[in-house]
Amino acid sequence: MHKARHSPARSIAAHAILIAWTVIALFPVFVIVINSFKSRKAIFGDPLALPLPENFDLVGYTTVLAQGDFFQYFLNSLIVTVASLFFVLLFGAMAAFALSEYRFRGNTLMGLYLALGIMIPIRLGTVAILQLMVASGLVNTRTALVLVYTAQGLPLAVFILSEFMRNVSHDLKNAGRIDGLSEYTIFFRLVLPLVRPAMATVAVFTMIPIWNDLWFPLILAPAEEVKTITLGSQVFIGQFVTNWNAVLAALSLAIVPVLVLYLIFSRQLIRGITAGAVK
Amino acid sequence: MATLSLRNLQKSYGRTAVIHGVSIDVADGEFIVIVGPSGCGKSTLLRMVAGLEAITAGDLFIGADRVNDREPMDRNIAMVFQNYALYPHMSVAENMGYALRIAGKPKAEIAARVAEAARMLQLEPYLARKPRELSGGQRQRVAMGRAIVRDPSVFLFDEPLSNLDAKLRVQMRLEIKGLQRKLGVTALYVTHDQVEAMTLADRMIVMNAGVAEQIGTPLEVYERPATVFAAQFIGSPAMNMLDGTGEGRQVRLANGVAVPVAVEAQGPVKLGLRPEHLTRDETGPLTMQLRMAEPLGANTLVHGTMEGVPGDVVASLPGVHREDDLPSVIRFSIPPEATHVFDAATERRI
Repeated sequence: MHKARHSPARSIAAHAILIAWTVIALFPVFVIVINSFKSRKAIFGDPLALPLPENFDLVGYTTVLAQGDFFQYFLNSLIVTVASLFFVLLFGAMAAFALSEYRFRGNTLMGLYLALGIMIPIRLGTVAILQLMVASGLVNTRTALVLVYTAQGLPLAVFILSEFMRNVSHDLKNAGRIDGLSEYTIFFRLVLPLVRPAMATVAVFTMIPIWNDLWFPLILAPAEEVKTITLGSQVFIGQFVTNWNAVLAALSLAIVPVLVLYLIFSRQLIRGITAGAVK
Repeated sequence: MATLSLRNLQKSYGRTAVIHGVSIDVADGEFIVIVGPSGCGKSTLLRMVAGLEAITAGDLFIGADRVNDREPMDRNIAMVFQNYALYPHMSVAENMGYALRIAGKPKAEIAARVAEAARMLQLEPYLARKPRELSGGQRQRVAMGRAIVRDPSVFLFDEPLSNLDAKLRVQMRLEIKGLQRKLGVTALYVTHDQVEAMTLADRMIVMNAGVAEQIGTPLEVYERPATVFAAQFIGSPAMNMLDGTGEGRQVRLANGVAVPVAVEAQGPVKLGLRPEHLTRDETGPLTMQLRMAEPLGANTLVHGTMEGVPGDVVASLPGVHREDDLPSVIRFSIPPEATHVFDAATERRI
C-alpha cells in the first residue's frame, strides 16, 4: 500500500528477515510432517530427507488410527478447546466491559486482581485443583478441563480486552443508551463487533496452550473416554521403546484442527485491522 | 416539542463539585446555546439533561414531568455527538431507524419516517451506505437524521460541528438552524465557539468553572456582559480589560488617564473596552504604542500597549491599514455608553 515510500532494497531486507524467521519457526513442524510419512529406518537414516517413493511409509498413520480411539481423542481435544475458548471470550469480554465502562469503587483494584493470574502459573495450584475436582466428582470429565482452562485463560483475556474496550468511543455507547439499547445490547451489538480483532488475538493466545497441554489432561482426565489428543499420543512414547512413526503421525494430525481454528481467527484479525485502517 | 426547565442543577463527583447550580426555563421551540471554554462543565450539563450523568441535586423538567430519575430513552430526547457516534456496522437507513426498531415500531412506520428524514436532509442517495463510506458532513447529517426520526421533545447537540472544516461548519450551522426552525423543536446546543453561539442561539448560557455566568440573548451578552468572564469570552477579538479606579462618571487608569463612562463607579474597577468600539481620534484620551497591525480585509487589528498600563491592548480599525502607514502612537477615544465597568473584587457589572 505504501510502496512509494520504501526503497526496493529496504523492502528486500525486511522480507529476507521475515522469511528467515518463518523458516526457523516452521522447520521443526516441517521435520515432523515429512518424517511422519517415512519408514522407521528412513527416519533415523536421514531425518532431513523428503519422503520419496523408496522410503514412503504410512505405518505411523495406520498405527495411530488402529491404536486406541484416536477419533475420540480428537473430539475430546476439540470439545475442551472450543468450550474453554467460548467461556474465556464470553466471560473475559464481559468482565473487561464492566471494568472499562463503569465507574465503581475498587475498579482499578479489581482490574489488577483479575489480571494477576497472568503472572501466577495456574499449575502451582494443581494439588488443590485436583482435590477440588475429586471432592466435586469432576475427575475424568471434560468439564474439569474446561473449568481449569477457562480460569487459566481469563486473566490475559480480561487484560487485553479491557484495554481495547477503553478505546471504543463513549459517544457511541451513549448514543446507544439514548436510542434505548439495554446494556447487554450495547455490549453484544456495539462493543463486541468493534473489538473483534482483539477477540481474535485473545482467541489465538488462549487456544494454543490449551490444545497443546499435557499436564491437566494427565492429572485430571486420564480416562480413555475423555483423553485429549496430546495425552493420547503419549502411549507411543515408552520408557525404553518409542514408536516414532506413530508419535510423528499423531503430532502431524494434531496440528491440523488447531491450524484450521487459527486460520479462522487470523482472517478475522486481518479483516479487523483493515476495517479500522479505512475508517 | 416541550418546554425544558433546569432548577438549580448540581453535579459533584465525590466531593468535587463540577456544576454549581444552573437554572433556566427554556420555552417551547427555543434554541439555547451553552458556551464556554473546555472544562467549564458545559458538556457535563448537557449529559445531565440527556440522562447520561446522574443529577446530584436540583430538578430537571421536560414539559411538566420531572425526569431526574428517568433513563435516557424515557426522556424523549435525541442527541447529536461531536464524533457522530454512528453505528459503524449498520447502513445509514439502519442507523436512523434503529431507535424506532428498539422501541418496537412497525416496519412500515420506520421506513416512512426514515425516508422523510432522509428527504429533509438530502440523504436519499446514501441510505444503503455504511458510515465509513460517507464524508464528514454527510455523517453529521446522518447523526441529525437519527435524532429527527425519533421526533423528540428536545434536541441535544454536543459540539456537533467541531470535527468539520471551517467552510462546512458555516454551511452546517445554517442547516442546523434552519432545521430547528422548521421542526420547531426545543434545542440545547453545546459549543466552545462563540461565533456558533452568537449565530445559533435564541438565548445563550455563558459557562465558566461550573457556573452560569450569564444567561441572555446574544446581543444582551454582547452589549451588556454581566461579568468580566462573559465580557472577554464573547466577542472577537476579546474585550480589552484595564484596571482602574472609579471616580464617579469616569475611570482613571494606572497611567492617570481618565476615561468617561456611563455609570457611577467608585473604588477599584475593571474597565472593559471592545476593540471595535475604540475609534481613532487625535484628541482622544487613550494613546497606544503600535506594535503590530493585522489587516483582515474588512478591518485591521492593531496591537500595542498603553504607557503605564500593564498588558496588551487591541483595537479594530475599519478598512485596510498597512503597518508602515500607521503612526507609531495612535490616539483613541470611546463613547461612554460603549464602555463596560466591572467591580474589581466581584468581577460583576456595575
